Amino acid sequence: MSYEIHAAGILDFGSIYAFIDSLLPEGLDWLAFTVGGFVLSFIVINALVMSTAVYTWFERRTLGRFQNRLGPNRWGPFGVLQPIADLVKLITKEDTTPDDADRWVMTLAPVVLLVPTLLVVAVVPFGQDSFLGRLNIGILFVLGVTSVNTIAIFMAGWGSANKYAMLGAMRGVAMLVSYEVPMALGVVGVVLLSGSLALFDIVEAQPIPFLLVQPLGFLIFVAAASAEMSRTPFDQIEAESELGSGYNTEYSGIKFALLFLAEFMAPLINSMIIVVLFLGGTRGFSPVPGQIWFILKTFAVVFALLWVRATWPRLRVDQIMGFAWKGLFALSLVNIFAIAIEVVIFQDETGAITAGQMWIMAAINWAITIAAVVVTARTLGQRKLERRRASPSPLANMYAEAD
Amino acid sequence: MTIKTEPVTINLGPQHPSTHGVFRLRVTFDGEVVLDVEPVFGYLHRGSEKLAESRTYVQIVTLTDRMDYIASMSNNLAYVRAVEKLAGIDVPERAQYIRVISAELQRIASHMMATGFLLNDLGAFATPLMYCFRERERILDLFEMLCGARITLSYMRPGGLLQDAPPDFWPALDRVVKDLPASIDELEQLITGNEIVLTRTRNVGTLTAEQAIDNSVSGPMLRAAGVQWDLRKADPYEVYDRLEFDVPIGADGDNFDRYVVRIQEMRESVRIIEQCVRQMPEGGPVRSPAPFFIRAPEGDAYSAVEGPKGELGFYIVSDGGIAPYRCKVRAPSFINLTPLREMLVGGKMGDLITTFGSVDIVLGEVDR
Amino acid sequence: MYGLALFKGLGVTMKNLVSPGRMFTVHQYPDRKIGLMGLARMNGQNPLTFTFRQPAEAMKALVGLASVRDRQYQHPRFRGEEFSWYENRCTGCASCAKYCPLGIIKIVTDPAKTDLQEGDKYFLEVFDIDIGRCMFCGLCVEACPYDALHMGSGFEEGRYSRAELVIDKAKLVASPKRPSHWFRPQLAARDAYNPLEGDEADSHDVHRHEKPSLSQQRSRWGQR
Ligand code: SF4
Ligand code: SF4
Repeated sequence: MSYEIHAAGILDFGSIYAFIDSLLPEGLDWLAFTVGGFVLSFIVINALVMSTAVYTWFERRTLGRFQNRLGPNRWGPFGVLQPIADLVKLITKEDTTPDDADRWVMTLAPVVLLVPTLLVVAVVPFGQDSFLGRLNIGILFVLGVTSVNTIAIFMAGWGSANKYAMLGAMRGVAMLVSYEVPMALGVVGVVLLSGSLALFDIVEAQPIPFLLVQPLGFLIFVAAASAEMSRTPFDQIEAESELGSGYNTEYSGIKFALLFLAEFMAPLINSMIIVVLFLGGTRGFSPVPGQIWFILKTFAVVFALLWVRATWPRLRVDQIMGFAWKGLFALSLVNIFAIAIEVVIFQDETGAITAGQMWIMAAINWAITIAAVVVTARTLGQRKLERRRASPSPLANMYAEAD
Repeated sequence: MTIKTEPVTINLGPQHPSTHGVFRLRVTFDGEVVLDVEPVFGYLHRGSEKLAESRTYVQIVTLTDRMDYIASMSNNLAYVRAVEKLAGIDVPERAQYIRVISAELQRIASHMMATGFLLNDLGAFATPLMYCFRERERILDLFEMLCGARITLSYMRPGGLLQDAPPDFWPALDRVVKDLPASIDELEQLITGNEIVLTRTRNVGTLTAEQAIDNSVSGPMLRAAGVQWDLRKADPYEVYDRLEFDVPIGADGDNFDRYVVRIQEMRESVRIIEQCVRQMPEGGPVRSPAPFFIRAPEGDAYSAVEGPKGELGFYIVSDGGIAPYRCKVRAPSFINLTPLREMLVGGKMGDLITTFGSVDIVLGEVDR
Repeated sequence: MYGLALFKGLGVTMKNLVSPGRMFTVHQYPDRKIGLMGLARMNGQNPLTFTFRQPAEAMKALVGLASVRDRQYQHPRFRGEEFSWYENRCTGCASCAKYCPLGIIKIVTDPAKTDLQEGDKYFLEVFDIDIGRCMFCGLCVEACPYDALHMGSGFEEGRYSRAELVIDKAKLVASPKRPSHWFRPQLAARDAYNPLEGDEADSHDVHRHEKPSLSQQRSRWGQR
């Protein structure tokens, strides 16, 4: 029993390609490559879409329970087939486009939103490697690809020629761009500590989860990630009580289904990234395979995000920006400096850091985190709330006294 | 370099998730900042006041249900009090106590809804709203015991009540009253200290005491501004002068104070109900003999009660017939909207929604 | 402060997730999903014997597919649709029609044909209630001096056209006689009778205990 990586290999592109290539005659490598690509994408995309469907069901049931409701429970065992019913409904609905809309932009937006979300999965190390094998700039790839979201949301908002959508898109662009910065800076700590940009190396470099070693980085990354996927308390892009439905106000039918899919896939993908970066990815205790550990951890993160969503209201748009630039940005700089100094102190000639040293770092970092968070809360937070007690009215029974 | 910008005008409503009905607000934004608001209402105008002129006095009770449909009991009470004043009808003591109990229950239900929707407007994804609805639901169950309906109650009649409460009402009321403080505590734990709520609501939508009085605002909004004015104390009707309760007030008159005042009023209402149950006479009539077709003497009468939303008054002019000659409603939701511009202009889009939510309007009453 | 209250809020929601408050806000209608425990309790057995006796049902209940018919708890005073009307008690006085704020009760009587079934009364030719416009305020019931018209307890009167929503005399006669306790204290006093279950109420049972004397009637309804 030790906290080690117990993940076997997975069905990655390399093995599929080799298998198909062995079936085909010589000289048809290109065909094997194409077919392999299609097969892999088919499997991965469908698996993802299905898990997103299950996730929507899970989210609705859990939210329902948080709110003392039931959630969907009619269609299939415990309502688990509800996503299918929703899908059928969305597909059969009329797909309307407003007259003034920019058709191309509006139609392309859901695709532009969905594709990067799907692409991220290519580098997530589910087993020894990811589906695409080992990409040595994995984390850069994730950050780069997810930032395409911004464009998609702006396309959706702009293309649908609706003022609410436009407002939502504007907010979205401002917010997503701002939160890219703390997100990237939050990752820097992880990269410094593990000495690699490849996601699997990061997993390997976590004898203890980085959540314990650099809690500040974790907080920053989770906050930024929930802003990136527009979840409460940062759900400005949709803000359904303010903007109707934000950037997707004008969407219906299958286009809306795609937006919806991307939107619900984002928490899953982001949770996976969080698990890889901070919770030790496929690491776990021995009899249970690493993939199961990975799923369990992802589930835990998804649940925590859901919990927050069920509890907290949303911040106002300027407060969100303020939080990004005044709070998270400063905190992430503190985090980077702390980690960098510690790495310089602790690492040996080869750059390796032992688990024992990590525990020492963890102790220091927790102290720094608590201090930094308290200072930030003091500067940015609300003053103490003094509550007036109810007092008897001086006007009480004024007619009675007059008599 | 300056970027050329231009203000955007947006129609907020009549179909918008946060306008609490079919309210329309034409807002001019400069980016996110509100430059100007122009309320447009009347989408739910059913001419209740005019309809009242062709109804008998008892039949009008059913119209009042539909004005403030989340606080029908208070509307019933305000209306029947006006008729009683006009026609000089006495109300038996037991009926007065039950009236106070039901009006206070209604106040709790209405404040629950106001709080829940305020939080919903803040974007709390319906969780506080559902908790509030859970409590409101129990109160509606009580109403169902009293009068067989949950929303359109029509429970009060000139001269008393429709009928006495059934025997199983009292234990049920006891249970609800016992549970309510704990539920309000839970709600407060969830909301009151929450940093996000504080950041969103404090010093937002501020209304000073002077502004509030100038705009003849009443109810929790006025008290949040620090003015101790509550008709239950200032001009006690029914049996309020025998009951002991405090009038909570706020300090700044911002959205947060309105929320706090509502929460504290709910606690006070629980106190009032407990006292009523203790003081109430056992048995006795609940309806003094009044004819179904009341013929009020010629003249007029104005009577107001402290409804959940503010001073709810009915002004009735009689020409001696079986129907009023004129019936005018002083609808608190409508009048509380008067300082809308003062509260909203200069704020952000998000503030607009929360401030609007904190005013707690019901469109049935605004448009009548 | 320092955002600690944020976590207190998280605690509240978690508490509600683990042990959901006193009740769910939603009531399932018309049928309710039921778990194994509930199903066994409904059959008056403990879950083990139930699983043993009816394995198929028990499996269904375990995977969340079993459902039972259910309706929301209603107080017997519930003011619902389906007026209960006793033809032999109705005198055709049309008080109900007069008191209805919407004027949706249509009564046509024929004074020429008196019906000597139970005292003197007019022969009723038409008794229509346009339930599509009715708001179930109950004023007609309150007004009926002979306890002939009562509120019902139903709420499932959906129809495909407005015309079908007009309840005429034949429908009223045929409809189940389950008057609600609303404004009929004499029914509430009779403990055997419940509008939601059990036997229908006979026309002899629904009257007030004693017939009001003339002076009582005067004081109640006023001098006219
Ligand atoms: S319940 Fe009210 S609206 Fe309906 S028929 Fe009777 S009096 Fe008219
Ligand atoms: S008031 Fe009663 S007795 Fe008179 S017509 Fe109506 S139902 Fe018949």
